[in-house]
Amino acid sequence: MAEMDLGLAQWALEEAKRCGATAAEVLMIGAESLSARVRLGEIEHLKSSRERRLGIRAFVEHRSATSSTAEIERGSLAEFIAQTVELARLTAPDPWSGLPEPALHPSTFPNLKLADEEHGIIQASKALELARAAEYAALKCDNRIKNSEGAEFDSGRYHVTFANSQGFAGEYSGTSYSLSAMPIAQDESGMQIGYWYTANRMFDKLEQADSIGATAAKRALRRLGARKIGTTRAPVIFDPDMAAGLIRSLAGAASGTSLYKSASFLLDRLGHQVASANVTIVDDGTMPSGLASRPFDGEGLATNRKNLVEKGVLKTYLLDSYSARRLGLAPTGNASRSVGQPPGVSPNNLYLEPGPYTPEQIIGSVKRGLYVTDLIGFGVNAVTGDYSRGASGMWIEDGQLAYPVQEITIAGNLKEMFMSIEMIGNDLVWRSAIVSPTIKIAEMTIAGA
Amino acid sequence: MANELIKPEKFFLSRFGMTESVLDLILGAALERKADYADLYFEYRNAEALALEDSMVNHTSKSVSQGVGVRVCSEDRTGYAYSDEVTVDTMRLAAENARAIAEETGRAVAPVHVGALVKRHNLYDLESTPLDVPVEERARMLSEIDKLARAYDPRVKKVMASFAAERKVVMVVTSEGKIAADLQPLCRLSVTVIAEDGQNRQVGTYGGGGRVEWRYFLEGEKWREYTCEAARQAIVNLDAVDAPAGEMVVVLGPGWPGILLHEAIGHGLEGDFNRKGVSAFSGKIGQRVASELCTVIDDGTIVNRRGSLNVDDEGTPTTRTVLIEKGILRGYMQDRLNARLMKMEPTGNGRRESFAHQPMPRMTNTFMLAGDSTPEDVIKSVKHGLYAVSFGGGQVDITNGKFVFSASEAYLIEDGHVTRPVKGATLIGNGPDVLTRVTMVANDLKLDSGIGTCGKDGQSVPVGVGLPTIRIDGITVGGTRA
Repeated sequence: MAEMDLGLAQWALEEAKRCGATAAEVLMIGAESLSARVRLGEIEHLKSSRERRLGIRAFVEHRSATSSTAEIERGSLAEFIAQTVELARLTAPDPWSGLPEPALHPSTFPNLKLADEEHGIIQASKALELARAAEYAALKCDNRIKNSEGAEFDSGRYHVTFANSQGFAGEYSGTSYSLSAMPIAQDESGMQIGYWYTANRMFDKLEQADSIGATAAKRALRRLGARKIGTTRAPVIFDPDMAAGLIRSLAGAASGTSLYKSASFLLDRLGHQVASANVTIVDDGTMPSGLASRPFDGEGLATNRKNLVEKGVLKTYLLDSYSARRLGLAPTGNASRSVGQPPGVSPNNLYLEPGPYTPEQIIGSVKRGLYVTDLIGFGVNAVTGDYSRGASGMWIEDGQLAYPVQEITIAGNLKEMFMSIEMIGNDLVWRSAIVSPTIKIAEMTIAGA
Repeated sequence: MANELIKPEKFFLSRFGMTESVLDLILGAALERKADYADLYFEYRNAEALALEDSMVNHTSKSVSQGVGVRVCSEDRTGYAYSDEVTVDTMRLAAENARAIAEETGRAVAPVHVGALVKRHNLYDLESTPLDVPVEERARMLSEIDKLARAYDPRVKKVMASFAAERKVVMVVTSEGKIAADLQPLCRLSVTVIAEDGQNRQVGTYGGGGRVEWRYFLEGEKWREYTCEAARQAIVNLDAVDAPAGEMVVVLGPGWPGILLHEAIGHGLEGDFNRKGVSAFSGKIGQRVASELCTVIDDGTIVNRRGSLNVDDEGTPTTRTVLIEKGILRGYMQDRLNARLMKMEPTGNGRRESFAHQPMPRMTNTFMLAGDSTPEDVIKSVKHGLYAVSFGGGQVDITNGKFVFSASEAYLIEDGHVTRPVKGATLIGNGPDVLTRVTMVANDLKLDSGIGTCGKDGQSVPVGVGLPTIRIDGITVGGTRA
């Protein structure tokens, strides 16, 4: 299938040229997956899929259009390519548009071990067994775990083929596996859900099913009896998953796409202190088997490892060729790409470097404050940095987790929040593509009763 | 393409060279083990988008997607398999994969005879869709929007506008022999404006659309309204002060603030969560969950609305469902699977994002009926509070009922008057009791302009919301001013 894709991609490039395109690129993604969900021990669903799509971006000088189709039989594809080139002609010329500088394309690719060839797609019976094991571990954990939204095991395999009219061609395959559990705890105070998961490109590196279930159950149980607290200002500790959300927001603001639109609170901040001096954030597209690793980015440029923030100073923006040209900078290997869209910008594997403290030490440093374990809503304004989200977690009294809290919000501004990261944990675990250890922010407004 | 406009149910048969007897065989294969029900969902979607930034319409895109999903249900188990290659062989393979959930074999299955056409509504019978309008004409509108926004105020520095249109042909074939098909147009115009005053930079966003023709945006100059609203919101926010923090009286303006209903109660009343007993509303039918002033409806049958459908994605005609009547919880929104298991009737709320997803209960257009107060009286009644008129997104934790939604334009109310604009803040409340705190409902019910997209379990579907001006006595406002 792989060689056929590359052949088809080259044919599509020729076809685009024949229709009058001055440059073009073709992206093909083939994917298959199997997803198994159990609930209360029974199968809830089994889902299997097979997909193959082709995307083309065609240029007529500085005019361009992007299109995608699932009809990849050559007859209908030829017509589709002609329509795309025609659409490009109708688009306004944009002086910044175009393929990357040809000299920037890599000629060799690192082997990043993105695919678990040994396991591939996991069979339904095994997938169901793992999901059952995770849910069972949660249900047997405590007699207050009375219900469940189930447990799910997913496995997927994909193949990416990319080629452009200036001679770049490359392809790679990847796999991914994940297991999650969502038990529900209940007592006289009501119901609470807990969620926990593991994800990896290598099947054997997933965490054990029973530990996923048990952790999910603990997370549900500790929320039981949560109260609302009075409005106050206090230190806020973000658990690793919640802290990763802050890192993601920072990467969004550092993306060239947000910057050239002036839609970023990091505008004109390159080389400036944007976080406290203990903060170093790394973007790395080359980690072996990293969930967001890839040998080349969405425009065929090499990925790399770099400090986004170093000792609190913003060292680089994240750029594709288009936003780089607009900002007068060089692309950074961060072009993202989906089949039907022009390149955008996204971080690769992104993490906040761990600090010296255990999570217990960080919690222990707070006389009264909030330990946040869940956040909901979209109250992050990328333009201003204003931040206000629904929160739940544990209230801290005298350095101890005292009782669960809910129906509160935490609010501040990301600019100030990053400048006031007082402590960073040593508990970095690669559970997704963007990760962080526990962090403590000096003070935020907590709104409640 | 004219044929499919008349008979979408014939479209797939001719497109993929299939006959009704082939469908009989595939469904028969799907039901070969002990299963209750099987269906096939065919989809063919054409979409185009144009976007303007820096006064250039420099982004155009187009996509064609097609595929088939095969579903087999046995009690509460679902097997689902899909492929974007639609052939008899891939469908047979998908049927074999999907039926793996039904373990017992050997039961004699009554042969399936496909043929009975489901009668669908006629809510968006358009003469043409915006996809038929020349790209140049669509691009011209975006350029006009750019000019208008920049003329609105010299502090407008960036204008981004986009127009997206799609046409989806769907067909559902069930093991009961029914065929339901539909042609679903959808489009949306969005305008985002960034205004600058020194270092102060603020954003405003507005837009609209629905299952409408191109002229919808021209008649009544909708494009002008969207543009001016986006620009106005950005300019207003330049003067916004920090939002207050804590519990207070909140007045919600009409229209899009109906997202409150969507998050606070809508999701919690979807059949799946209630069948499983995992919703904060589980077991509450017949109980008081809102003040007497509140009647809340989900209605998939409103002409040309973004959330409306002639038939849902399982082939059931959509309906108007009373969720809350004068404060009493009356009903859930159901798809087939959950309705069957709960021994209720399907309500036409079985929806899916595409052939790559299995259906589940989803909202359509969710709104509260108008009351007797005037909006002015509602504002006048508040001594100290917040008046929120526009919102970004929201989210809910179904199980504990806590929900949030984030204001993007809000003002203080002081002594019965709307005064200073405040920065956007998230509002948080508890679904089962927030509507019990509604003390006034005005007579100005308005549906939103057609911009809503709802996400659930990784699936996005277009929805609508609506609300009259209402007063809520006590909801937590998540500002920074403690």
